[in-house]
Amino acid sequence: MSETWTIKCLINEKPVEREVSVRLTLADFLRHEVGLTGTHLGCEHGVCGACTVLLDGRSARSCLTLAVQVDGMNVTTVEGLGDKTRLSPLQQAFMDEHGLQCGFCTPGMLTTLTELLANNPDPSESEVRLAISGNICRCTGYENIVKATMTAVRYIRDGMPESSEVVD
Amino acid sequence: MKPPPFSYHRPASLDEAFALLGSLENAKVLAGGQSLMPMMNYRYVMPDHVVDLNHCPGLSGVGVEDQTLIIGAMTRQCDLAANDLVARHAPLLVDALHWVGHVQTRNRGTIGGSLSHLDPAAELPAVIAAYDATVTVGNETALRDVSIHEWAAGYMMPAIDENEIAISINIPLSVELDGHAHSFFEIARRHGDFAQAGAGVVLQTVDDRVTDLRIALAGVDIAPVRLRQAEEFAIGKSLTEDVIDEIALFAKAVPGIADVHADESYRQRLAVVVVRRALTQAAGPGP
Repeated sequence: MSETWTIKCLINEKPVEREVSVRLTLADFLRHEVGLTGTHLGCEHGVCGACTVLLDGRSARSCLTLAVQVDGMNVTTVEGLGDKTRLSPLQQAFMDEHGLQCGFCTPGMLTTLTELLANNPDPSESEVRLAISGNICRCTGYENIVKATMTAVRYIRDGMPESSEVVD
Repeated sequence: MKPPPFSYHRPASLDEAFALLGSLENAKVLAGGQSLMPMMNYRYVMPDHVVDLNHCPGLSGVGVEDQTLIIGAMTRQCDLAANDLVARHAPLLVDALHWVGHVQTRNRGTIGGSLSHLDPAAELPAVIAAYDATVTVGNETALRDVSIHEWAAGYMMPAIDENEIAISINIPLSVELDGHAHSFFEIARRHGDFAQAGAGVVLQTVDDRVTDLRIALAGVDIAPVRLRQAEEFAIGKSLTEDVIDEIALFAKAVPGIADVHADESYRQRLAVVVVRRALTQAAGPGP
């Protein structure tokens, strides 16, 4: 029986109180115990970026964070960025510009770029590329990811196009 | 890949942390977790106890006291990069931080963690060596200052006891270095990856002549190296292209480590290149 600890945190604005094993990573906690499987696990040692979530608004690798460490924190996963009927401007732009291929890296790309756009609403293309330097897309779909981010900048500034498809 | 079982401790004060480290066997300190956690996931490190410093007050933040820039060991890399005092007094740190990992790791990673992990390729220890800083470490009974030049006891092994914690990094400020030029350059397989060679340069000139030069290498030897001979050679000289080439060649004498990505001689050649580029940038016209 491994040691446990009770944590309280906000996950996508909802208060959560759970007893967690201290060796449980945040990524496994989110996926297996909270049921938020939008956060993907690629490498489990902090290299691929797929598991990126926001901790108090700052991007972090959930595979390198213990669940017990987010006690008292505000955790945002990809599920917290928008929902099926109301995508965030960044998510909408990813859809419009074909910013996802297989979709595995997408949650990490979206959380990382959400932080970028919150801090820098008018990034250059090279700033976007630098921001996602810690996120690997093995489809190598970077071009459309960068394009989608630049489109998201416009959506945020000028509003989303009315013709935007709504996902069922 | 999951961390092996361990007991978790969350000290609410430094004294409590000291007491824990003084009494527990096989304990590891958790700072930002960007090196310890991968090593635990890989099971290179299997501590029985993890002491989480993230709730210990007084370990993070930047201040100036007695002509010294004092950086709390738990100050996160992203906060250092945005700090005005750091930008003013130790701008090479800001240059180097752009090369440290990625935004996600800088948001969590700490300066004390980088120093205590002491990866040969780490940029921050090299910058701290360029600034001739000391590191304050402590345990239950005493605090002491360790010169950065005596910090490395071996490969990934800082010269501190298992019950000691890095508390702060202390960078001495001098009038002579006011407004110094600075540059960091490195070569890695991709941006944010471990450097195969990196160089940090702190440069002061008066009337176009070098009055102070510090060159620190990362990723070449097992620990940061200062190119003392090159630094002395440069004093009084004007940094023309030829002089910069001559200075950079001193880097070839540093024994390079070998790994799967670069053998010793290749690393030594890279060392010359990174010194030349960093120095050229530092000596060039200001921004």
